[in-house]
Amino acid sequence: MSIEAQYSITRGDFLLDVDFSMPSRGVTALFGPSGSGKSTLLRAIAGLDFHPQGFLKVAGETWQGDGRFAPAHQRPFAYVFQEASLFAHLNVRSNLEYGFKRVPPQQRHISVERAIQLLGLENLVARKPETLSGGERQRVAIARALCVSPQFLLMDEPLAALDEASKREILPYLESLHDSLGIPVLYVSHTLQEIARLADYLVLLEAGKVVAAGPVPQMLTRLDLPLAHSSDAGAIFATQVAGFDQVFHLTHLDFSGGRFAVPGMALKLGQQVRVRIAARDVSLTLEHQGSTSIQNIFPAVVEELALENDAQVMVRLQVGDAPLLSRITKKSAAELDVQPGKQMFAQVKSVVLLA
Amino acid sequence: MMFHSADLIALALTFKLASITTFILLLIGTPLAWWLANTPWRFKFLIEAVVAMPLMLPPTVLGFYLLIALGNHGPIGQLVEWLGGQPPAFTFTGLVIGSVIYSMPFVVQPLQSAFRTVGRRPLEVAATLRASPWDRFFTVAVPLAGPGFLTAAVLGFAHTIGEFGVVLMIGGNIPGETKVVSIAIYDHVEGMDYHHAHVLSAALMLLSFVLLAGVYFLNRRLRMVQL
Repeated sequence: MSIEAQYSITRGDFLLDVDFSMPSRGVTALFGPSGSGKSTLLRAIAGLDFHPQGFLKVAGETWQGDGRFAPAHQRPFAYVFQEASLFAHLNVRSNLEYGFKRVPPQQRHISVERAIQLLGLENLVARKPETLSGGERQRVAIARALCVSPQFLLMDEPLAALDEASKREILPYLESLHDSLGIPVLYVSHTLQEIARLADYLVLLEAGKVVAAGPVPQMLTRLDLPLAHSSDAGAIFATQVAGFDQVFHLTHLDFSGGRFAVPGMALKLGQQVRVRIAARDVSLTLEHQGSTSIQNIFPAVVEELALENDAQVMVRLQVGDAPLLSRITKKSAAELDVQPGKQMFAQVKSVVLLA
Repeated sequence: MMFHSADLIALALTFKLASITTFILLLIGTPLAWWLANTPWRFKFLIEAVVAMPLMLPPTVLGFYLLIALGNHGPIGQLVEWLGGQPPAFTFTGLVIGSVIYSMPFVVQPLQSAFRTVGRRPLEVAATLRASPWDRFFTVAVPLAGPGFLTAAVLGFAHTIGEFGVVLMIGGNIPGETKVVSIAIYDHVEGMDYHHAHVLSAALMLLSFVLLAGVYFLNRRLRMVQL
């Protein structure tokens, strides 16, 4: 099961010309700067706009192509817009039921009650949209989309219109959807932070073209892409809670290259957690330094270097089977003789839990 | 008895005319307004201009052309005659046709602006929630445009009651068939019967006020629920 999309869309002097496929599991992020054509592409996939030069195949079924164009209401997707766009004349429950009622009973996998529970809407069902906060509205919009039991969930920057507090309110729900429903998501965003937290697979779009596509940990650390060169560039790791240090109040997170110790003990044993390590928080040494305040030190192999500016270089290393970025000065790189294949130690000053 | 029996007949005829006209206008005006609000067609301004023409033209001009078209020698009149009917000039049907055209902008414009206010987004949302075009029109566009429908119906109704020129030209003065209140009042004044002109005028004033006040009250409540 996978998704194949080809579109050639001209709008004025903007040309969107893409041909990509993506896994139909997990969260795929369509990432790029504003004006790169992300939303145009998502709307085309949803069937909201008709573009004659298009082809879309999902799980073996063709929705556009071969002389066929299925309009939006016939496609097995659900769509979450940037603005919640709730129906103002209906209360929350009726908003949720709107799509649910229109899906044939044998195709319903998600009940209205389940959607209410997943998005924590129990106390809001009788309310009218105008009485809800921005974050609450978007939660209702997401639940409403789930109520059509979609084969695929399309999300067009669902957090972009929200303030920081509302974003923090919604992100955990989005993360849990991932685990609890297993509905593949195509997520449009221009915020690296959201991608790092939510996405598994990344399609990088620039000026109407797909620049690169691949799993998020690799994409974020590819030195030939702009993502690894932004000021807050960093790597992400999938880890699992392995235990706790009761004395010093630390949590141990295991990954393929070793074990992170992070402050606090709020997580549950066995829980899957994503962590992010900024390139600026990683320093390199030739020997394992015993006398340092840094807890997280891992053997690492240098894979590639790229110039950042006149003074700094970005180094990609392999730790276990995961890539790690380190931004160091050119001077240090020269003094330590950093070059591909070299065995070093990466000192990680700070590990950010993405949960 | 304050009212002439002929005046009561005129009142009833007026309300019958206004009701039928409003009903027909909502029937025709809704799809027209919907189309105008949504079409990307670059020449739609031509249609908008035609719809708005009664706002500018003296009713007598409209009435005059209608009289010619609907009469014995007019194209529509002849067509109807050829089909075995009676030419619509000087009949109630003729009045309805005239009123529908004359009151058209008062129904189409509020509906068009209401549909434009609703915007495309709620309909797109409905489409992604599996609603077919008809389904989303009736379950999303119409309810969201609710206050617009109320305004359209009231303006269409009120404007038809108030019309005079078109009726005078194509309806004439046949009691129970084409003699509406505005004509009846004119008749009374012509005949120096100020008493009955007063009674009828006052009755119309009062009815209009009650109707409009009721509608604006309702409209306010509707909006309060909407927003």
